[in-house]
Amino acid sequence: MVISQIIFYMLAAFTLLSALFVVFSKNPIYSVLWLILCFFSIAGHFVMLNAQFLAVVHIIVYSGAIMVLFLFTVMLLNLNSETEPHKPTLLKFAAVLSGGALFLIIIAAVRSTMPAPYVAPQLSEVGYVKNIGMKLYRDYTLPFEVASILFLSAMIGSVVLAKKERFN
Amino acid sequence: MENSIQSVPQNWYLLLSTFMFCIGVMGVLLRRNAIIILMCIELMLNAVNLLLVSYSSYAGNAEGQVFVFFIMVVAAAEVAVGLALLVSIYRNVASTDIDILNRMKW
Repeated sequence: MVISQIIFYMLAAFTLLSALFVVFSKNPIYSVLWLILCFFSIAGHFVMLNAQFLAVVHIIVYSGAIMVLFLFTVMLLNLNSETEPHKPTLLKFAAVLSGGALFLIIIAAVRSTMPAPYVAPQLSEVGYVKNIGMKLYRDYTLPFEVASILFLSAMIGSVVLAKKERFN
Repeated sequence: MENSIQSVPQNWYLLLSTFMFCIGVMGVLLRRNAIIILMCIELMLNAVNLLLVSYSSYAGNAEGQVFVFFIMVVAAAEVAVGLALLVSIYRNVASTDIDILNRMKW
């Protein structure tokens, strides 16, 4: 077995286990911490796929910004396992069964329409910072600028939403 | 490590991200805490990101990775607005249980 396959298996097992722990842990803080580990292993997958730029951006944006936001909110709202609401057992079984059924259906659909597998190039250079930057600033300039407007409106919107209403 | 993607078949990534997506769906159906549901949506977005990056690398086409970049942008904005909404909901009903928020159900 090649070493990259072993690395893939370990990373995949880590990703799936931490994703399962996100769903099944009782305490919301543990869920957030498992999700951070899951995102780190996905960044590892990106490195394996020669997508260095996205790996770094993934760590900075997801593990650095988004999960800190989640952690702050969980701690701000003082959520812990005592206040955690739970669904009835029947609904839990139904949820797990429907998740598994969705998995089987997607796998069956993919199997029946399986395209010819891509032959991987000797060295995939598309994920390097230079190539992504060229693509981003040459072909996708307008979406890039629109994204900044989206960020501005999201910032204003979240401040307005989270502000205390003074007039009621 | 330079030709590491040659030894891993692309179908494995397809299987992995399908499984991750289904774990996210299961979490959305299973939990009642709105923050956990938001986190499971992030999990689903990441499964799709992983699949896009794998196809992009195997096909040698950078557009998939640019799309993943924009998905990350939208996810960051979505999380900021969603958490602000959750904080304001918590301020009104003192809970993040989604089963309390059933006033618009019927």
